[in-house]
Amino acid sequence: MRGENSSTNLREENSRDRSHGHSHGHSVGERLYIHRHSRIHDLPGHIKIISFFAFIVVVVLTPIRQWESFIGYFAIVFTVIYFSRLPIWTLAKRATIEFPFLIFALLMPFTAGGETFEVGPIALSREGAIAGLNLITKATLGVACSMILAGSTTAHSILAGFVRIKTPSLFVQIASFMIRYLNVINDQMTRMKVAREARGFEAKGIRSWPIFTSTLGALFIRSYERGERVHLAMLSRGYQGTLSSLSVENSTRKDWLLGSTFPLAAIVMFLLGNFLGAS
Amino acid sequence: MTANLSVEVNNLQYSYPDGHQALHGVNLQIKKGERVALLGPNGAGKTTLVMHLNGILEATDGEVKVSGLLVDSQDKEGIKKTRQRVGIVFQDPDDQLFMPTVFEDVAFGPTNMGFDPQLIEERSIHALKMVDMLEFKDRAPHHLSFGQRRRVAVATVLAMEPEILILDEPSSNLDPASRRELSEILLSLDVTILMVTHDLPYAYEICERSLILNKGKIVADSNTPQILRDSNLLAANRLELPKGFSI
Repeated sequence: MRGENSSTNLREENSRDRSHGHSHGHSVGERLYIHRHSRIHDLPGHIKIISFFAFIVVVVLTPIRQWESFIGYFAIVFTVIYFSRLPIWTLAKRATIEFPFLIFALLMPFTAGGETFEVGPIALSREGAIAGLNLITKATLGVACSMILAGSTTAHSILAGFVRIKTPSLFVQIASFMIRYLNVINDQMTRMKVAREARGFEAKGIRSWPIFTSTLGALFIRSYERGERVHLAMLSRGYQGTLSSLSVENSTRKDWLLGSTFPLAAIVMFLLGNFLGAS
Repeated sequence: MTANLSVEVNNLQYSYPDGHQALHGVNLQIKKGERVALLGPNGAGKTTLVMHLNGILEATDGEVKVSGLLVDSQDKEGIKKTRQRVGIVFQDPDDQLFMPTVFEDVAFGPTNMGFDPQLIEERSIHALKMVDMLEFKDRAPHHLSFGQRRRVAVATVLAMEPEILILDEPSSNLDPASRRELSEILLSLDVTILMVTHDLPYAYEICERSLILNKGKIVADSNTPQILRDSNLLAANRLELPKGFSI
Protein backbone atom coordinates (compact mmCIF):
# COMPACT_ATOMS: atom_id res chain seq x y z
CA MET A 1 0.00 0.00 0.00
CA ARG A 2 2.72 2.40 1.05
CA GLY A 3 4.87 1.50 -1.93
CA GLU A 4 1.97 1.95 -4.28
CA ASN A 5 1.32 5.40 -2.89
CA SER A 6 4.85 6.61 -3.28
CA SER A 7 5.05 5.37 -6.84
CA THR A 8 1.92 7.30 -7.84
CA ASN A 9 3.34 10.37 -6.13
CA LEU A 10 6.52 10.03 -8.12
CA ARG A 11 4.59 9.73 -11.34
CA GLU A 12 2.60 12.83 -10.60
CA GLU A 13 5.77 14.65 -9.66
CA ASN A 14 7.20 13.82 -13.06
CA SER A 15 4.13 14.81 -15.00
CA ARG A 16 3.98 18.09 -13.08
CA ASP A 17 7.54 18.93 -14.06
CA ARG A 18 6.73 18.22 -17.66
CA SER A 19 3.64 20.35 -17.71
CA HIS A 20 5.45 23.36 -16.25
CA GLY A 21 8.68 22.99 -18.12
CA HIS A 22 11.71 22.89 -15.95
CA SER A 23 10.47 24.44 -12.76
CA HIS A 24 10.42 21.86 -9.94
CA GLY A 25 7.11 23.43 -8.99
CA HIS A 26 8.67 26.19 -6.90
CA SER A 27 8.98 28.99 -9.42
CA VAL A 28 5.27 29.19 -10.15
CA GLY A 29 3.55 32.45 -9.35
CA GLU A 30 6.77 34.42 -9.67
CA ARG A 31 7.12 37.56 -11.73
CA LEU A 32 10.82 38.34 -11.54
CA TYR A 33 12.43 35.06 -10.60
CA ILE A 34 14.34 33.30 -13.40
CA HIS A 35 14.91 29.64 -12.75
CA ARG A 36 18.52 28.51 -13.20
CA HIS A 37 20.86 26.15 -11.37
CA SER A 38 23.65 28.16 -9.78
CA ARG A 39 25.36 28.61 -6.44
CA ILE A 40 23.87 32.11 -6.33
CA HIS A 41 20.35 30.72 -6.75
CA ASP A 42 20.99 28.15 -4.04
CA LEU A 43 22.09 30.68 -1.42
CA PRO A 44 19.47 31.21 1.31
CA GLY A 45 17.53 34.48 0.99
CA HIS A 46 18.80 36.11 4.15
CA ILE A 47 22.45 35.66 3.17
CA LYS A 48 21.81 37.17 -0.23
CA ILE A 49 19.97 40.15 1.27
CA ILE A 50 22.76 40.87 3.76
CA SER A 51 25.49 40.29 1.19
CA PHE A 52 23.97 42.57 -1.47
CA PHE A 53 23.16 45.20 1.11
CA ALA A 54 26.75 45.22 2.39
CA PHE A 55 28.04 45.48 -1.17
CA ILE A 56 25.83 48.50 -1.86
CA VAL A 57 26.92 50.17 1.39
CA VAL A 58 30.58 49.88 0.32
CA VAL A 59 29.69 51.26 -3.13
CA VAL A 60 27.74 54.21 -1.74
CA LEU A 61 30.53 55.12 0.70
CA THR A 62 33.17 55.23 -2.04
CA PRO A 63 33.86 58.79 -3.23
CA ILE A 64 33.20 59.12 -6.97
CA ARG A 65 36.66 60.63 -7.61
CA GLN A 66 38.12 57.27 -6.71
CA TRP A 67 36.99 56.02 -10.13
CA GLU A 68 39.34 53.02 -10.25
CA SER A 69 37.25 51.33 -7.53
CA PHE A 70 34.09 51.65 -9.58
CA ILE A 71 35.61 49.75 -12.47
CA GLY A 72 36.28 47.01 -9.94
CA TYR A 73 32.70 47.13 -8.65
CA PHE A 74 31.29 46.74 -12.14
CA ALA A 75 33.67 43.84 -12.73
CA ILE A 76 32.38 42.16 -9.54
CA VAL A 77 28.76 42.65 -10.59
CA PHE A 78 29.41 41.14 -14.02
CA THR A 79 31.24 38.21 -12.43
CA VAL A 80 28.25 37.56 -10.17
CA ILE A 81 25.87 37.74 -13.14
CA TYR A 82 28.11 35.30 -15.00
CA PHE A 83 28.06 32.80 -12.14
CA SER A 84 24.32 33.22 -11.57
CA ARG A 85 23.72 32.21 -15.22
CA LEU A 86 21.01 34.86 -15.45
CA PRO A 87 20.33 36.11 -19.00
CA ILE A 88 22.12 39.46 -19.12
CA TRP A 89 19.82 40.86 -21.79
CA THR A 90 16.74 40.29 -19.62
CA LEU A 91 18.47 41.94 -16.66
CA ALA A 92 19.43 44.89 -18.87
CA LYS A 93 15.84 45.32 -20.01
CA ARG A 94 14.64 45.23 -16.42
CA ALA A 95 17.28 47.75 -15.39
CA THR A 96 15.55 50.34 -17.59
CA ILE A 97 13.33 51.20 -14.60
CA GLU A 98 16.31 53.37 -13.64
CA PHE A 99 15.72 55.78 -16.57
CA PRO A 100 13.49 58.32 -14.81
CA PHE A 101 16.23 58.82 -12.22
CA LEU A 102 18.84 59.21 -14.92
CA ILE A 103 16.96 62.22 -16.28
CA PHE A 104 17.41 63.97 -12.95
CA ALA A 105 21.08 63.11 -12.90
CA LEU A 106 21.53 64.40 -16.45
CA LEU A 107 19.92 67.70 -15.50
CA MET A 108 22.33 68.30 -12.64
CA PRO A 109 25.22 69.81 -14.68
CA PHE A 110 22.78 72.40 -16.05
CA THR A 111 21.25 73.40 -12.76
CA ALA A 112 24.09 73.28 -10.21
CA GLY A 113 26.33 76.31 -9.63
CA GLY A 114 30.05 76.74 -8.89
CA GLU A 115 32.99 76.29 -11.24
CA THR A 116 32.02 75.71 -14.87
CA PHE A 117 33.50 74.06 -17.93
CA GLU A 118 32.45 74.49 -21.52
CA VAL A 119 31.10 71.91 -23.93
CA GLY A 120 30.70 73.74 -27.22
CA PRO A 121 28.55 76.81 -26.57
CA ILE A 122 27.11 75.56 -23.23
CA ALA A 123 28.66 76.23 -19.85
CA LEU A 124 28.20 73.28 -17.48
CA SER A 125 28.74 73.09 -13.74
CA ARG A 126 31.69 70.89 -12.86
CA GLU A 127 30.22 70.10 -9.45
CA GLY A 128 26.88 69.24 -11.03
CA ALA A 129 28.52 66.95 -13.56
CA ILE A 130 30.40 65.08 -10.86
CA ALA A 131 27.29 64.80 -8.67
CA GLY A 132 25.31 63.54 -11.66
CA LEU A 133 27.97 60.99 -12.52
CA ASN A 134 28.07 59.93 -8.88
CA LEU A 135 24.31 59.38 -8.88
CA ILE A 136 24.26 57.49 -12.18
CA THR A 137 27.14 55.17 -11.29
CA LYS A 138 25.93 54.27 -7.83
CA ALA A 139 22.31 53.94 -8.87
CA THR A 140 23.28 51.64 -11.74
CA LEU A 141 25.26 49.41 -9.41
CA GLY A 142 22.37 49.37 -6.94
CA VAL A 143 19.83 48.53 -9.61
CA ALA A 144 22.10 45.79 -10.99
CA CYS A 145 22.30 44.25 -7.51
CA SER A 146 18.51 44.28 -7.08
CA MET A 147 18.09 42.73 -10.53
CA ILE A 148 20.41 39.88 -9.61
CA LEU A 149 18.72 39.42 -6.25
CA ALA A 150 15.22 39.43 -7.75
CA GLY A 151 16.23 37.21 -10.65
CA SER A 152 17.97 34.58 -8.57
CA THR A 153 15.70 34.47 -5.50
CA THR A 154 12.08 33.36 -5.29
CA ALA A 155 9.70 35.82 -3.68
CA HIS A 156 9.18 33.23 -0.99
CA SER A 157 12.90 32.99 -0.27
CA ILE A 158 13.19 36.79 -0.02
CA LEU A 159 10.30 36.88 2.45
CA ALA A 160 11.81 34.07 4.50
CA GLY A 161 15.09 35.98 4.40
CA PHE A 162 13.48 39.10 5.81
CA VAL A 163 11.89 37.04 8.58
CA ARG A 164 15.28 35.51 9.34
CA ILE A 165 17.06 38.85 9.67
CA LYS A 166 14.34 39.97 12.08
CA THR A 167 12.63 42.55 9.92
CA PRO A 168 9.56 43.83 11.82
CA SER A 169 6.81 41.28 11.22
CA LEU A 170 4.40 43.93 9.95
CA PHE A 171 6.65 44.74 6.97
CA VAL A 172 7.03 41.10 6.07
CA GLN A 173 3.30 40.56 6.33
CA ILE A 174 2.52 43.54 4.11
CA ALA A 175 5.05 42.34 1.52
CA SER A 176 3.71 38.81 1.71
CA PHE A 177 0.11 39.93 1.16
CA MET A 178 1.19 42.16 -1.67
CA ILE A 179 2.76 39.23 -3.49
CA ARG A 180 -0.17 36.95 -2.82
CA TYR A 181 -2.92 39.36 -3.83
CA LEU A 182 -1.19 41.11 -6.71
CA ASN A 183 -2.24 38.22 -8.92
CA VAL A 184 -5.77 38.09 -7.52
CA ILE A 185 -6.31 41.83 -8.03
CA ASN A 186 -4.69 41.69 -11.44
CA ASP A 187 -7.12 38.95 -12.50
CA GLN A 188 -9.99 41.01 -11.16
CA MET A 189 -8.82 44.01 -13.16
CA THR A 190 -8.62 41.90 -16.32
CA ARG A 191 -12.15 40.62 -15.76
CA MET A 192 -13.42 44.17 -15.32
CA LYS A 193 -11.64 45.21 -18.51
CA VAL A 194 -13.22 42.34 -20.44
CA ALA A 195 -16.64 43.19 -19.00
CA ARG A 196 -16.18 46.82 -20.08
CA GLU A 197 -15.21 45.86 -23.58
CA ALA A 198 -17.99 43.28 -23.82
CA ARG A 199 -20.41 46.17 -23.55
CA GLY A 200 -18.80 48.05 -26.39
CA PHE A 201 -16.39 50.29 -24.49
CA GLU A 202 -13.37 51.55 -26.40
CA ALA A 203 -10.66 53.61 -24.78
CA LYS A 204 -10.66 56.84 -26.77
CA GLY A 205 -8.42 59.53 -25.34
CA ILE A 206 -9.27 61.79 -22.47
CA ARG A 207 -13.04 61.15 -22.74
CA SER A 208 -12.60 57.60 -21.43
CA TRP A 209 -10.65 58.67 -18.35
CA PRO A 210 -13.74 58.92 -16.10
CA ILE A 211 -14.46 55.26 -16.94
CA PHE A 212 -10.96 54.27 -15.91
CA THR A 213 -11.13 56.20 -12.68
CA SER A 214 -14.45 54.62 -11.71
CA THR A 215 -13.03 51.18 -12.54
CA LEU A 216 -10.10 51.94 -10.27
CA GLY A 217 -12.46 53.14 -7.58
CA ALA A 218 -14.49 49.94 -7.79
CA LEU A 219 -11.31 47.91 -7.67
CA PHE A 220 -10.16 49.79 -4.60
CA ILE A 221 -13.45 49.18 -2.77
CA ARG A 222 -13.39 45.49 -3.70
CA SER A 223 -9.82 45.09 -2.56
CA TYR A 224 -10.62 46.87 0.67
CA GLU A 225 -13.55 44.54 1.29
CA ARG A 226 -11.42 41.54 0.43
CA GLY A 227 -8.89 42.77 2.97
CA GLU A 228 -11.61 42.69 5.60
CA ARG A 229 -12.71 39.18 4.61
CA VAL A 230 -9.12 37.90 4.64
CA HIS A 231 -8.69 39.37 8.10
CA LEU A 232 -11.83 37.58 9.33
CA ALA A 233 -10.57 34.31 7.83
CA MET A 234 -7.24 34.84 9.59
CA LEU A 235 -8.89 35.57 12.93
CA SER A 236 -10.96 32.40 12.53
CA ARG A 237 -7.76 30.42 12.44
CA GLY A 238 -6.33 32.06 15.52
CA TYR A 239 -4.25 34.88 13.99
CA GLN A 240 -2.41 36.79 16.71
CA GLY A 241 -0.27 39.21 14.79
CA THR A 242 2.37 37.06 13.11
CA LEU A 243 2.64 34.83 10.07
CA SER A 244 4.75 32.39 12.01
CA SER A 245 4.12 29.46 9.70
CA LEU A 246 6.27 31.08 7.01
CA SER A 247 9.08 28.57 6.64
CA VAL A 248 12.63 29.77 7.21
CA GLU A 249 15.65 28.47 5.29
CA ASN A 250 18.69 26.97 6.96
CA SER A 251 22.17 28.13 6.07
CA THR A 252 25.55 26.47 6.29
CA ARG A 253 28.97 27.96 7.00
CA LYS A 254 29.76 27.50 3.29
CA ASP A 255 26.77 29.66 2.33
CA TRP A 256 27.95 32.44 4.63
CA LEU A 257 31.46 32.17 3.22
CA LEU A 258 30.19 32.51 -0.34
CA GLY A 259 27.83 35.32 0.64
CA SER A 260 30.62 37.29 2.28
CA THR A 261 32.93 37.14 -0.74
CA PHE A 262 30.68 39.61 -2.57
CA PRO A 263 31.05 42.55 -0.13
CA LEU A 264 34.64 41.52 0.69
CA ALA A 265 35.57 41.77 -2.98
CA ALA A 266 34.06 45.27 -2.95
CA ILE A 267 36.20 46.23 0.05
CA VAL A 268 39.30 44.97 -1.77
CA MET A 269 38.36 47.12 -4.77
CA PHE A 270 37.83 50.09 -2.49
CA LEU A 271 41.29 49.74 -0.93
CA LEU A 272 42.87 49.14 -4.31
CA GLY A 273 41.26 52.27 -5.75
CA ASN A 274 42.29 54.24 -2.69
CA PHE A 275 45.89 53.07 -3.06
CA LEU A 276 46.01 53.78 -6.81
CA GLY A 277 44.46 57.22 -6.31
CA ALA A 278 46.97 58.15 -3.60
CA SER A 279 50.06 57.04 -5.47
CA MET B 1 -27.60 16.14 27.39
CA THR B 2 -25.45 19.27 27.24
CA ALA B 3 -22.27 17.20 27.11
CA ASN B 4 -23.49 15.78 23.84
CA LEU B 5 -23.99 19.11 22.15
CA SER B 6 -21.51 20.61 19.73
CA VAL B 7 -23.33 23.89 19.30
CA GLU B 8 -26.00 25.51 21.39
CA VAL B 9 -27.46 28.87 20.46
CA ASN B 10 -29.99 30.51 22.78
CA ASN B 11 -32.09 33.50 21.79
CA LEU B 12 -29.27 35.01 19.74
CA GLN B 13 -29.94 38.55 18.61
CA TYR B 14 -27.63 40.73 16.59
CA SER B 15 -27.83 44.24 15.19
CA TYR B 16 -25.22 45.70 12.90
CA PRO B 17 -23.57 48.95 14.02
CA ASP B 18 -25.83 50.83 11.58
CA GLY B 19 -28.84 49.59 13.56
CA HIS B 20 -30.04 47.00 11.07
CA GLN B 21 -31.10 43.91 13.00
CA ALA B 22 -29.92 40.72 11.30
CA LEU B 23 -30.78 38.06 13.89
CA HIS B 24 -34.04 38.08 15.81
CA GLY B 25 -33.65 35.45 18.51
CA VAL B 26 -32.12 32.34 16.99
CA ASN B 27 -32.35 29.06 18.89
CA LEU B 28 -30.65 25.91 17.74
CA GLN B 29 -28.81 22.86 18.97
CA ILE B 30 -26.46 20.64 17.03
CA LYS B 31 -25.35 17.30 18.46
CA LYS B 32 -21.82 15.97 18.13
CA GLY B 33 -21.29 14.23 14.80
CA GLU B 34 -24.44 15.61 13.20
CA ARG B 35 -24.34 17.00 9.68
CA VAL B 36 -26.69 19.95 9.38
CA ALA B 37 -27.54 22.16 6.42
CA LEU B 38 -28.37 25.80 7.06
CA LEU B 39 -30.68 26.92 4.27
CA GLY B 40 -32.28 30.26 3.56
CA PRO B 41 -32.60 33.02 0.98
CA ASN B 42 -29.98 35.70 0.38
CA GLY B 43 -29.82 38.15 3.24
CA ALA B 44 -31.48 35.78 5.72
CA GLY B 45 -28.60 36.19 8.19
CA LYS B 46 -26.88 32.84 7.58
CA THR B 47 -23.37 34.23 7.40
CA THR B 48 -24.06 36.55 10.33
CA LEU B 49 -25.12 33.54 12.38
CA VAL B 50 -21.97 31.63 11.42
CA MET B 51 -19.77 34.56 12.45
CA HIS B 52 -21.16 34.25 15.96
CA LEU B 53 -20.19 30.63 16.32
CA ASN B 54 -16.49 31.44 16.65
CA GLY B 55 -16.88 34.82 18.25
CA ILE B 56 -15.99 37.05 15.31
CA LEU B 57 -19.22 38.91 15.83
CA GLU B 58 -20.39 39.64 19.33
CA ALA B 59 -23.99 38.87 20.20
CA THR B 60 -26.17 41.88 20.98
CA ASP B 61 -28.24 39.58 23.16
CA GLY B 62 -28.42 35.85 23.87
CA GLU B 63 -25.62 33.32 24.03
CA VAL B 64 -23.66 30.83 21.96
CA LYS B 65 -22.04 27.74 23.43
CA VAL B 66 -19.59 25.48 21.65
CA SER B 67 -19.01 22.11 23.34
CA GLY B 68 -20.58 23.58 26.46
CA LEU B 69 -18.14 26.51 26.53
CA LEU B 70 -19.62 29.99 26.30
CA VAL B 71 -18.32 31.94 23.28
CA ASP B 72 -17.25 35.32 24.59
CA SER B 73 -15.17 37.54 22.33
CA GLN B 74 -13.88 39.46 25.36
CA ASP B 75 -12.25 36.34 26.83
CA LYS B 76 -8.95 36.11 24.92
CA GLU B 77 -7.95 32.61 26.09
CA GLY B 78 -11.45 31.20 25.71
CA ILE B 79 -11.83 32.56 22.20
CA LYS B 80 -8.58 30.91 21.17
CA LYS B 81 -9.98 27.55 22.25
CA THR B 82 -13.27 28.24 20.51
CA ARG B 83 -11.57 29.12 17.24
CA GLN B 84 -9.70 25.85 17.35
CA ARG B 85 -12.95 23.94 17.91
CA VAL B 86 -14.94 25.79 15.27
CA GLY B 87 -13.40 25.71 11.80
CA ILE B 88 -14.95 27.97 9.18
CA VAL B 89 -14.35 27.44 5.47
CA PHE B 90 -15.22 30.73 3.80
CA GLN B 91 -16.93 31.03 0.46
CA ASP B 92 -14.07 32.53 -1.53
CA PRO B 93 -10.89 30.45 -1.20
CA ASP B 94 -8.85 33.52 -2.16
CA ASP B 95 -9.94 35.07 1.12
CA GLN B 96 -8.87 32.03 3.04
CA LEU B 97 -5.55 31.26 1.36
CA PHE B 98 -3.16 34.12 1.95
CA MET B 99 0.23 32.50 2.56
CA PRO B 100 2.80 32.11 -0.24
CA THR B 101 2.52 28.32 -0.41
CA VAL B 102 -0.21 25.77 0.22
CA PHE B 103 1.72 24.07 3.01
CA GLU B 104 2.41 27.30 4.89
CA ASP B 105 -1.23 28.18 4.67
CA VAL B 106 -2.35 24.86 6.10
CA ALA B 107 0.27 25.23 8.85
CA PHE B 108 -0.97 28.72 9.73
CA GLY B 109 -3.75 27.55 12.06
CA PRO B 110 -1.77 24.90 13.97
CA THR B 111 1.13 27.38 14.36
CA ASN B 112 -1.20 29.89 15.94
CA MET B 113 -2.32 27.16 18.33
CA GLY B 114 1.26 27.08 19.56
CA PHE B 115 2.04 23.45 18.74
CA ASP B 116 5.62 22.29 18.31
CA PRO B 117 6.99 22.19 14.74
CA GLN B 118 6.81 18.42 14.38
CA LEU B 119 3.14 18.27 15.33
CA ILE B 120 2.40 21.22 13.05
CA GLU B 121 3.97 19.40 10.13
CA GLU B 122 2.21 16.12 10.94
CA ARG B 123 -1.18 17.78 11.17
CA SER B 124 -0.69 19.83 8.03
CA ILE B 125 0.39 16.82 5.99
CA HIS B 126 -2.47 14.76 7.36
CA ALA B 127 -4.97 17.50 6.51
CA LEU B 128 -3.63 17.82 2.97
CA LYS B 129 -3.86 14.06 2.54
CA MET B 130 -7.49 14.11 3.66
CA VAL B 131 -8.40 16.46 0.81
CA ASP B 132 -6.01 14.72 -1.58
CA MET B 133 -3.87 17.81 -2.14
CA LEU B 134 -0.55 16.72 -0.61
CA GLU B 135 1.30 16.73 -3.92
CA PHE B 136 0.55 20.45 -4.32
CA LYS B 137 1.98 21.47 -0.98
CA ASP B 138 4.74 23.72 -2.35
CA ARG B 139 2.55 25.43 -4.93
CA ALA B 140 1.37 29.00 -4.74
CA PRO B 141 -2.43 29.16 -4.25
CA HIS B 142 -2.73 31.33 -7.34
CA HIS B 143 -1.69 28.43 -9.54
CA LEU B 144 -4.35 26.00 -8.40
CA SER B 145 -7.74 25.52 -9.99
CA PHE B 146 -10.76 26.84 -8.13
CA GLY B 147 -11.78 23.34 -7.00
CA GLN B 148 -8.27 22.66 -5.74
CA ARG B 149 -8.22 25.94 -3.85
CA ARG B 150 -11.53 25.08 -2.21
CA ARG B 151 -10.08 21.74 -1.10
CA VAL B 152 -6.98 23.42 0.30
CA ALA B 153 -9.25 25.86 2.13
CA VAL B 154 -10.96 22.86 3.74
CA ALA B 155 -7.53 21.46 4.66
CA THR B 156 -6.46 24.72 6.32
CA VAL B 157 -9.36 24.26 8.70
CA LEU B 158 -9.02 20.47 9.12
CA ALA B 159 -5.39 20.98 10.22
CA MET B 160 -6.75 22.59 13.37
CA GLU B 161 -8.73 19.40 14.05
CA PRO B 162 -11.97 21.22 14.77
CA GLU B 163 -14.92 19.57 16.44
CA ILE B 164 -17.27 21.37 14.15
CA LEU B 165 -16.66 22.23 10.53
CA ILE B 166 -18.64 25.13 9.11
CA LEU B 167 -18.74 25.57 5.36
CA ASP B 168 -20.11 28.65 3.64
CA GLU B 169 -21.51 27.70 0.23
CA PRO B 170 -19.04 24.86 -0.30
CA SER B 171 -20.38 23.85 -3.72
CA SER B 172 -20.49 27.33 -5.26
CA ASN B 173 -18.49 27.77 -8.47
CA LEU B 174 -17.36 24.13 -8.54
CA ASP B 175 -17.59 22.01 -11.64
CA PRO B 176 -19.68 18.82 -11.19
CA ALA B 177 -16.65 16.57 -10.62
CA SER B 178 -15.08 18.92 -8.04
CA ARG B 179 -18.48 19.19 -6.38
CA ARG B 180 -18.73 15.40 -6.08
CA GLU B 181 -15.10 15.05 -4.92
CA LEU B 182 -15.72 17.59 -2.19
CA SER B 183 -18.85 15.79 -1.02
CA GLU B 184 -16.90 12.52 -0.84
CA ILE B 185 -14.28 14.24 1.29
CA LEU B 186 -16.90 15.78 3.58
CA LEU B 187 -18.73 12.48 4.01
CA SER B 188 -15.47 10.74 4.93
CA LEU B 189 -14.79 13.15 7.82
CA ASP B 190 -15.67 12.31 11.36
CA VAL B 191 -16.72 15.78 12.50
CA THR B 192 -19.84 17.77 13.13
CA ILE B 193 -20.71 19.70 9.98
CA LEU B 194 -22.77 22.85 9.56
CA MET B 195 -23.14 23.68 5.90
CA VAL B 196 -24.55 26.99 4.69
CA THR B 197 -25.93 26.48 1.20
CA HIS B 198 -28.46 27.23 -1.49
CA ASP B 199 -27.62 23.98 -3.23
CA LEU B 200 -30.51 21.85 -1.99
CA PRO B 201 -29.45 18.57 -3.68
CA TYR B 202 -26.05 19.02 -2.03
CA ALA B 203 -27.70 19.49 1.35
CA TYR B 204 -29.74 16.34 0.68
CA GLU B 205 -26.63 14.38 -0.20
CA ILE B 206 -24.52 15.39 2.78
CA CYS B 207 -26.75 16.48 5.64
CA GLU B 208 -29.37 14.39 7.39
CA ARG B 209 -30.84 17.45 9.04
CA SER B 210 -31.67 20.91 7.73
CA LEU B 211 -32.54 24.27 9.22
CA ILE B 212 -34.15 27.14 7.36
CA LEU B 213 -33.21 30.63 8.47
CA ASN B 214 -35.31 33.50 7.18
CA LYS B 215 -35.37 37.14 8.28
CA GLY B 216 -33.10 36.34 11.21
CA LYS B 217 -35.20 33.49 12.61
CA ILE B 218 -35.12 29.71 12.37
CA VAL B 219 -38.38 28.87 10.59
CA ALA B 220 -37.88 25.15 10.05
CA ASP B 221 -35.79 22.42 11.66
CA SER B 222 -36.27 18.85 10.58
CA ASN B 223 -34.70 16.00 8.66
CA THR B 224 -33.60 17.05 5.20
CA PRO B 225 -35.92 14.89 3.04
CA GLN B 226 -38.95 16.08 4.97
CA ILE B 227 -38.00 19.74 4.50
CA LEU B 228 -37.20 19.32 0.83
CA ARG B 229 -40.53 17.57 0.15
CA ASP B 230 -42.50 20.44 1.64
CA SER B 231 -42.77 22.61 -1.45
CA ASN B 232 -44.91 25.23 0.30
CA LEU B 233 -42.29 25.67 3.01
CA LEU B 234 -39.55 25.97 0.41
CA ALA B 235 -41.51 28.46 -1.67
CA ALA B 236 -42.24 30.62 1.37
CA ASN B 237 -38.50 30.91 1.93
CA ARG B 238 -37.44 31.53 -1.66
CA LEU B 239 -35.94 28.04 -1.95
CA GLU B 240 -36.51 25.74 -4.92
CA LEU B 241 -35.34 22.31 -5.94
CA PRO B 242 -33.81 22.18 -9.42
CA LYS B 243 -36.30 21.29 -12.13
CA GLY B 244 -36.76 17.54 -12.47
CA PHE B 245 -35.26 16.83 -9.07
CA SER B 246 -37.48 14.89 -6.71
CA ILE B 247 -36.96 13.04 -3.48
